[in-house]
Amino acid sequence: MRNPLADKIVEIKPSGIRKFFDIVSEMKDAISLGVGEPDFDTPWHIRDEGIYSLEKGRTFYTSNAGLKELRQEICNYMKRKYDIGYDWAKEVLITVGGSEAIDIGLRAMINPGEEVLIPQPSYVSYEPCAILAGAKPVIINLKEENDFRLTAAELEEAITDKTKILILPFPNNPTGAIMERKDLEAIAEVIIKHDIFVMSDEIYAELSYKEKHVSIASLPGMQERTIVINGFSKAYAMTGWRLGYACGPAEVIAQMTKIHQFAIMCAPTTSQYAAVEALKNGDGDIEEMRLAYNQRRRYLMNAFREMGLECFEPYGAFYVFPCIKEFGMTSEEFATRFLEEEKVAVVPGTAFGDCGEGYLRISYAYSLENLKVAIGRLERFVKKLRAEK
Amino acid sequence: MREELLAIIEKNSRIDLKELAVILGVQEIDVVNEMQALQDEGVICGYHTLINWEKTSLDKVTALIEVRVTPQRGQGFDNVAERIYKYPEVRSVYLISGGFDLMVILEGKTLREVSSFVSDKLAPLEPVLSTATHFILKKYKDHGTIFMQKPEDEREMITP
Repeated sequence: MRNPLADKIVEIKPSGIRKFFDIVSEMKDAISLGVGEPDFDTPWHIRDEGIYSLEKGRTFYTSNAGLKELRQEICNYMKRKYDIGYDWAKEVLITVGGSEAIDIGLRAMINPGEEVLIPQPSYVSYEPCAILAGAKPVIINLKEENDFRLTAAELEEAITDKTKILILPFPNNPTGAIMERKDLEAIAEVIIKHDIFVMSDEIYAELSYKEKHVSIASLPGMQERTIVINGFSKAYAMTGWRLGYACGPAEVIAQMTKIHQFAIMCAPTTSQYAAVEALKNGDGDIEEMRLAYNQRRRYLMNAFREMGLECFEPYGAFYVFPCIKEFGMTSEEFATRFLEEEKVAVVPGTAFGDCGEGYLRISYAYSLENLKVAIGRLERFVKKLRAEK
Repeated sequence: MREELLAIIEKNSRIDLKELAVILGVQEIDVVNEMQALQDEGVICGYHTLINWEKTSLDKVTALIEVRVTPQRGQGFDNVAERIYKYPEVRSVYLISGGFDLMVILEGKTLREVSSFVSDKLAPLEPVLSTATHFILKKYKDHGTIFMQKPEDEREMITP
């Protein structure tokens, strides 16, 4: 029989997080600090609106680009929070999670052989999506000494005449790094000079603990060359609703909408009605959850300081990225032993790119009580490793 | 910091001061001073424990009593409210807008004890026009806390 598979797909490595989760799911009373989704339930008023839409029989498709009212609310939100004006009719597309927007955004913009710049450590989907779109992914290794921010020099160095898009993943999963206005201004200058585009993945925008998130699209000359990707999963604890969106230049959104309409038709209707409520009345919920995450973040940073574990201070998302180089083992060895000996699952930094070697991703999408138990075990483990040396 | 501190200790008054300082991102001494100030100003009025008495062997009856009263010249409702809240078996007294005036929450050992309080002490008060007593049958949620076993973490393993 012929090989039924496509070589291009077979060659793509499976996600490195998967392996650990498989072990955890079989291990009794293991604690996981590996999950990348909020521990909060979706706020009730948002769920209620979803239920109400079902009661009213709103069970049909929406238009391909998404409910008009939702696109309008997204435009209000983008203006209110980030001071960027979009035309709801032409510059917004509702997608099945931010993930779909990444995929179809790349597919809409890439010609074969063009290069996509991917700063790492970062979310694991960019590289495979770029490959599937026919691009050549070019990795930029971010450094801890720069607080895992992307610098203009690093960007400049990676650009060739084939470079088409820079993916800008901040606030960052897995490092928790953010880019502030001055950092973005330096990047924007390079982007404009070389006439390339930005796919700015701002799914964690609302989880910024230092100052309000700044979108690169709000900088002069950047809106016309930026696709902003955002969604409801992280800000409103709506992961299971599968709802995201892309805002960008009309010509790009039009082509993305074409792929979306043929592959997906439209995002789930119930989720879209719930999302309208989230945008209209959800600012307080965001603030409440942000406060809770920030408390946990401070708790973890303090715990690392107390056990002498090096960790740069992250100001975004819900991850910390401590450095374990002092123990002289790889991230994977550390994570494996930690799981086997203390039954706590963390994700090795290498799951997010080779430059994640020597780091761990610890999620604080867990209650303080859970974190305390896990941190107690980490402290014990770290002491043991130091004693071994 | 004030509102954030209050929000935390409203849910967990047993949190230790050092930890409170860490998660608020301030010095411990600032927390100590702020707590003292909040107590002095009467913002913090006490530290209580939320107990689900239904799970104990102790019998308790809680009643909500709607009370309609005639406000008194110069005193409004304050005088009669004081007459009522001085009884130790009265847990809470609220002035309410709408169909009645005072909401009295009363705790007793038995139904009879509660009803005799209403008939012997509350109803005879001169400004009291009428009362309506509702007994609580089951508490599902109190002070923002749901009285059920905590659900397990239902998040499934997913990548990326």
